[in-house]
Amino acid sequence: MARHVIAPVDELPPGTRKFLEIEGRPIAVFNIKGEYFGLMNRCPHQGAALCEGPLIGLAQSSDPGEIEYTKLGEIIRCPWHGWEFDVRTGQSYCDPRRFRVKAYPAHVEPGTSVVKGPYVAETIPVRVESDYVVVEL
Amino acid sequence: MNVQFRESTEAASPLTVKTAIADCDIHPARATRTELYPYLAKRWQHHLEVYGIHAYQGMMEGPPYPKAQPNASRRDAYPPEGGPQGSSLSFMQEQLLDPNNVQLGVLNPLNTGQGIRNHELSAALCSAINDWQIDKWTSKDKRLKASIVVSNEDALSAAAEIRERAGDKNFVQVLLLSRNVEPLGQRRYWPIYQAAEEAGLPIGVHAFGFGGNPITPSGWPSYYIEEMVGHSQCQQSALASLVLEGVFERFPKLKMVMIEAGFGWAPSLAWRLDKVWQRLRSEVPHVKRPPSEYIREQVWWTTQPMEDPERREDLLDVIKWIGWDRLLFATDYPHWDYDEPSRVLPAGVSEANRDAFYLGNARALYGIIA
Repeated sequence: MARHVIAPVDELPPGTRKFLEIEGRPIAVFNIKGEYFGLMNRCPHQGAALCEGPLIGLAQSSDPGEIEYTKLGEIIRCPWHGWEFDVRTGQSYCDPRRFRVKAYPAHVEPGTSVVKGPYVAETIPVRVESDYVVVEL
Repeated sequence: MNVQFRESTEAASPLTVKTAIADCDIHPARATRTELYPYLAKRWQHHLEVYGIHAYQGMMEGPPYPKAQPNASRRDAYPPEGGPQGSSLSFMQEQLLDPNNVQLGVLNPLNTGQGIRNHELSAALCSAINDWQIDKWTSKDKRLKASIVVSNEDALSAAAEIRERAGDKNFVQVLLLSRNVEPLGQRRYWPIYQAAEEAGLPIGVHAFGFGGNPITPSGWPSYYIEEMVGHSQCQQSALASLVLEGVFERFPKLKMVMIEAGFGWAPSLAWRLDKVWQRLRSEVPHVKRPPSEYIREQVWWTTQPMEDPERREDLLDVIKWIGWDRLLFATDYPHWDYDEPSRVLPAGVSEANRDAFYLGNARALYGIIA
């Protein structure tokens, strides 16, 4: 599993996302409340650029009239047909058995490890004093 | 390890040319509220500013922003220069026509002058929309063809508009909506069918409209999702009315295109009509043949929203009944329920049927020579 440097952490503040193409695959990396998540930027339904949709919450109901709205800012809604996926897992909420978005682990690594390890960023100027968001795929 | 940023993704996309297709339901939008004014007499410009539009529809919040996505449209379809989705020709070319190799795109403008109570204003707005379609769209991109928008509740002036545009190669059909003041087979609408038949133009019946009746047969629903499925119910009653009032018998060369209301229901409607017609035909002696025969001979169907059953074989069974020569591919661009051309047909469809589905049927129906 190769690791790819995405950005210095201060370029990806909470609530933002970054789009990239890595090894020919369109990827989006999200910062949700300080946690980082990577998703394939392609809706498994008809192929829209999924991650260009809005981040919403999850509306669930145990009974008619009872509505619970949770996971605020953690559900990505496709810009075409509105299919909803959990950014944390890629899980679909309309048909979890058949549809899932490929999720890629993303996390922060200290600049020293990024520079010293085999994972040298080629297109991002690496400053040793920074921490970097890294995605694995 | 090489990290590329999104700006360079175009270079990585395949350069192969996609199969040529027709898109039989594209919605062009106005970039500004007053974009039609150059095509409207001063009298109507002033009227709009002072009195606005009085629709037949009582619940004016029926067509509200945002309808599932802003302007009921794809979130990625905002033109870079601003304005609502569908309002930029250059962005439509870049996002829809070029990458999908659309050879024929049929424009169906919505929110025009149809379904409003002031018939003179309705006629003026429809005529303005038609001029605007030529100026802004069809004269600037020869792939695009327009639909003649007509004042549906005033059939005589609608017929006059059709006759005025007949023979103009910018136009390939007449546009009606499925919700009208009365079911579409009623005689008040017959002058429209007569003029269309004379002009050799199909009538496209697009879902939506503002007839003033509840948007489902059982009344006003609670949810938008009920309106979405209500479109097929509305088209079913429109089609039953067209058959049973004798429109297809009276106008045997008339061609109807049912737009944006699905087609999976067509076989069961036809079966049901045939069955009751066998028992009740004495009530409608002007309907001389089984209803299914008129439907199969005189009705075409656009695909979006493409039926998407769990078993894809079920879809092929339905299409087999309807006929591979009767379906017209459509995306519904830029609306949010857009169908992606490469994703809608299951595997195993013959090349001849695919070609007919994506392009051949539309060219034949609309008289567009390759």
